[in-house]
Amino acid sequence: MKDQWALYSKKVMEHFKHPRNVGEIKNPDGVGRVGNPICGDVMELYIKVKDDKIVDAKFRTFGCGAAIATSSMVTEMVKGKTVKEALKISNRAVAEALDGLPPIKMHCSVLAEDALKAAIEDYLAKKNKKNK
Amino acid sequence: MKKIYLDYAATTPCHPEVIEEMLPFFNQIYGNPSSVYQLAQKAKGAIEEAREKVARLLNAEPEEIIFTGGGTEADNMAIKGVAFANKKRGNHIITSRIEHHAVINTCKWLEKQGLKVTYISVDKFGVIDLDELRKSLTDKTILISIMHANNEVGTIEPIQEIAKIARERGIYFHTDAVQTAGKVPIDVKESGIDMLSLSGHKLYGPKGIGALYVRKGVKISPLIHGGHHERNRRAGTENVPGIVGLGKACEIASKEMANEEKRLRELRDKLYKGLNERIDDIILNGHPHRRLPGILNICVKYVEGESMLINLDLEGICVSSGSACTSGSLEPSHVLLAMGVPAEVAHGSLRFSLGRNTTQKDIDRVISVLPSIVEKLRAISPFGKEAKSKEYRG
Ligand code: FES
Repeated sequence: MKDQWALYSKKVMEHFKHPRNVGEIKNPDGVGRVGNPICGDVMELYIKVKDDKIVDAKFRTFGCGAAIATSSMVTEMVKGKTVKEALKISNRAVAEALDGLPPIKMHCSVLAEDALKAAIEDYLAKKNKKNK
Repeated sequence: MKKIYLDYAATTPCHPEVIEEMLPFFNQIYGNPSSVYQLAQKAKGAIEEAREKVARLLNAEPEEIIFTGGGTEADNMAIKGVAFANKKRGNHIITSRIEHHAVINTCKWLEKQGLKVTYISVDKFGVIDLDELRKSLTDKTILISIMHANNEVGTIEPIQEIAKIARERGIYFHTDAVQTAGKVPIDVKESGIDMLSLSGHKLYGPKGIGALYVRKGVKISPLIHGGHHERNRRAGTENVPGIVGLGKACEIASKEMANEEKRLRELRDKLYKGLNERIDDIILNGHPHRRLPGILNICVKYVEGESMLINLDLEGICVSSGSACTSGSLEPSHVLLAMGVPAEVAHGSLRFSLGRNTTQKDIDRVISVLPSIVEKLRAISPFGKEAKSKEYRG
């Protein structure tokens, strides 16, 4: 018998126990709020953008351990990336950065990807308005 | 760190005396009970003794007890067994929306085979609507299957009334007593129960063994065909150690039930009181007093259940949740939904189930640990803002 059978990887547990970037950003440049159609969880993601680079990201999540860990991880991953680069971050990449998720929890990482996309779209929409 | 196990409704550890009683049947008295020599007849004798002990717990006759591979098999045997054997009498079954999946999914499968099934609603406490049940009866109804107590919220159903309704119409009444056998008194004769399922591992016996009580005269078809075991009703060489263990577990339960019931009820009420004083916006699920002594089910608003479970696990505390995120099907508890709990609130449900080894200290520990877990998760939750902050005492 393996003596370590656990639902989540050490990395997931690390982010779950000490989630990074929890909260809101005052006057954010983009906000994404998405719900998970599968189990009904909700994530909010805030981004601050300077010269097309994401300089800060924060989140609030109502969901399982995997949802909280992927939220935390995605906010870490986007910081310092250009908007274009950030748009390429997939849910798989977030899951991999956490050393994987159990198959039944993969949909939770989709929440993180969708929230990020929604926040960036919000940012781009606002920017377009300003430029008009 | 000491493990605090509060998931006795999921399963229980084997009682040490149960294990002791079982051991000789693995490698000393290992004969096949169907054989003639003494080594085998001893095993057969042990089975019959165990049957008497199970019967005694329910006030049934030993011949009315059939050993099965567990509670799920007992439920399957009762429902399919009646459906198959009574095709000429009818094709309609009545059950409830809050049954265990062993009953609900068996009924759903029978619907696919052409039977009709009515799923009765419950009120906000999880109590069956008796009027709806009466109105659902038809000339074709052959079986009513309603659980004795619900496994998630602990609400005890009015089975005596249901049995009476069934008896008056000549309809069989089955009850899933997996959560109640050995926990609260059951008298199948007095209650007018025709069939009753129980499971070994929920009452400090081993896993993989259960029993179905079938009142003399009730017609059921066997599900498993083969040899002449269990009076032709359940073929297959008997799980002798399991049966012996179940018998012992029933014997112990008969003795300890009354004291244990009182002790657990007190501990459980303390747990609720302590949590309610320290955490805002929690809701008690299930009937306020017509409820199993060891079960406390609450919804903690604005947080999700699995994230609470994992935090509790990090503190060595084992409980369960009706959250969609823990369900495997990713749907919230069908029981809470049937009771009218909104899906997002059901998401934050926690079930504490207490048992033999639960102490006051365990309860105190949960009361001291859970409030800060909830506080932390509410700070992460987008709905947390809605929760009023409250000073944590103690
Ligand atoms: S958020 Fe519901 S399962 Fe992960």
